[in-house]
Amino acid sequence: MRVLAAMSGGVDSSVAAALMHQEGHEVTGVTLKLWQGPDGEAPTHGCCTVSDSEDARRVAASLGIPYYVFDYTRDFAQAVINPFMNDYRRGRTPNPCVECNRSIKFSILLEEAARLDCDLLVTGHYARVSHEGGRWRLRRGVDEDKDQSYVLHMLGQHELSRTRFPVGEITKTQTRQIASDLGFRNADKRDSYEICFVQGDYRDFIARATPDALRPGRIVDTSHRPVGKHQGVINFTVGQRRGLGVAVGEPRYVTELDPQNSTVVIGSARDLQAWAIEVEKISWVNEAPPWESERKCLVQIRAHGEPVEARISVGQAPTDHGTVIFSNPERGAAPGQAAVFYRDDEVLGGGTIARLLR
Amino acid sequence: MLYLDHAATTPIRPLVREAILPLAEGGWGNPTGFHAPARAAKNALEEARERVAEVLGCRPLEVVFTSGGTEADNLAVKGAALAGGKRGGVVTSAVEHEAVLGAVRFLEKWGCPVKVVGVDSDGVVDPSEVSEAVTSETAVVSVMTVNNETGARQPIRKISEAVQDQAGSRPLIHTDAVQAFVSDEVRPDELGVDLLSLAGHKFGGPTGVGVLYVRDGVALEPVAHGGGQELGRRSGTQHVLGAVEMAVAMELADSDRARFHRAVGEARRRFETALLARVPGLVITSQSARTIQHSHLRFPGVANQTLLARLDRLGLAASAGSSCQSGAAAVSHVLSAMGISDEEARSSVRFSFGWTTRPSDGDRAAQLVLGAWEALR
Repeated sequence: MRVLAAMSGGVDSSVAAALMHQEGHEVTGVTLKLWQGPDGEAPTHGCCTVSDSEDARRVAASLGIPYYVFDYTRDFAQAVINPFMNDYRRGRTPNPCVECNRSIKFSILLEEAARLDCDLLVTGHYARVSHEGGRWRLRRGVDEDKDQSYVLHMLGQHELSRTRFPVGEITKTQTRQIASDLGFRNADKRDSYEICFVQGDYRDFIARATPDALRPGRIVDTSHRPVGKHQGVINFTVGQRRGLGVAVGEPRYVTELDPQNSTVVIGSARDLQAWAIEVEKISWVNEAPPWESERKCLVQIRAHGEPVEARISVGQAPTDHGTVIFSNPERGAAPGQAAVFYRDDEVLGGGTIARLLR
Repeated sequence: MLYLDHAATTPIRPLVREAILPLAEGGWGNPTGFHAPARAAKNALEEARERVAEVLGCRPLEVVFTSGGTEADNLAVKGAALAGGKRGGVVTSAVEHEAVLGAVRFLEKWGCPVKVVGVDSDGVVDPSEVSEAVTSETAVVSVMTVNNETGARQPIRKISEAVQDQAGSRPLIHTDAVQAFVSDEVRPDELGVDLLSLAGHKFGGPTGVGVLYVRDGVALEPVAHGGGQELGRRSGTQHVLGAVEMAVAMELADSDRARFHRAVGEARRRFETALLARVPGLVITSQSARTIQHSHLRFPGVANQTLLARLDRLGLAASAGSSCQSGAAAVSHVLSAMGISDEEARSSVRFSFGWTTRPSDGDRAAQLVLGAWEALR
């Protein structure tokens, strides 16, 4: 088959491309230029740099496959960076990888693959795609520590039928071994954990881009008594414990952000607990909820969180919003993060946390 | 493979390769040395300088060898602005190569007054706008002979005349002729310029060598400091073999221009005629002002990066005209200066013909481009 491999210059996507090449597919490598410095050039720090594309280019050359850098900076700014900043300003904790997968990689790039007559899009994500029982399924990657199914929850039947994640079938250790065996110069390149378009602290990034985002305000306790001051709600996320600048005996956490009144609410660990969350923008791997009304499943509410038991009740058509009721109250939920529904290791669907119910 | 990216670089002419074979054994000396190997290298270097001067119609010592067009541009612009320990002003155009614009931004950062004049919708500079931008503090005017993306010719001679004051004095005039030389006779005296940049690889020579013509008597602040080679204008042990290749490539291109115009002109005519007949709304950029080898085309509604990837698969090498360091197609400052929108720029592709082009290449190119375009329309 003809395959378009998204290559970031990292070891995972390099090995993904190599594995498809070894299977005999006709692979074309592409690096996405997603953001740029003010001079219009690719950045020199962080992800998506010129040196990253140099690494990807070397890997493509060693495989003997064509390689291009495609520019999606405009789309990325519109679909990922601007919503990211707006979310923080609204007191949410966004996950830009989810938005990038939703709007760029498995949307625009998937269309690009079709325009290049490619049958499949391949990325270096740790997740598994399979076709069982007449439908496409998305499962956690074999390497539990590296699993990235959480940020891929928005993939439906159409996307999965045209997507492969070769390294989802192996462990990170094996990935590095393959890269090393193939002599890739990025075999021991360190993993990226940062937000790719932010160098340093995301709060400085937002403040630089939108200076008005920094509006001083009050820190209050759960009964709305003032306990301190702050320099802007974008400096806080729900669940944050450090850097509150408030000296109180027992540990305090940010429990709520009210950007309109520029107020940060803090409370105890107990105040953080939510018994349920409202979820919006829900999509289903199988295009519709796998149940008729309300069902139990596992829900993961943070990128590297443990899945927890919950009941989900989904709205009647449209089924893109719903309520997740935890079996045990949860402390780790924050608006803006994804809530992803699992049955064992299979992704059923997911959405974005809109509100916490406490 | 059908290579239509000659504006980016050209295949090396076989005679250029052959010209350095006799030197491969004896041309390795350091030209500034005391002994026989040094003299052999120095002779080869100076003979190359004379041959370059002959083609340009200038004196040998007006020829400075550099590492390429970018260095020549940097030396011209920075060297002229900073000469005599001053922070002289620069007037340039919005469509210059990044080598000039980058040097100009550098000078601005260090306090030199800078003015950038715009272009019309064909990408052409108005000489009177240049002369209006020139003041008593202007040290150098830098406008390219031919634009690398669109092929638009600039009225260099007219600019040179327009900036003269009543007493006949004027700032130094630099032109980046890197893109022009392959098709146009380039003579500093006829253009009325004091500084002129060339790059070997744009007309059948190798990368890594260029020339800056510096009119006799023009003082430049050097950019690379060191041993004082090239009469103090460009330090660093000279690339003797490169200089010889440069000289030979210049002679070959200079004597090949009539044939070049016939072959390239016919190829481009066939290519564009076939495309215009089939692609609705196809736009030829800078049509009335361009050189014979450029075909910068806009395919409405088609993304240039997708079209280029499909063409590469079919064995046709072309370009978006401008690219960033990572190799991605960049939105071009040249097109935006011409009033072309980002959206339109993203559907533009530059095909550039060259010395290897045969007339029939125009037919084959049209066939391949139409095939790729059909799949994307």
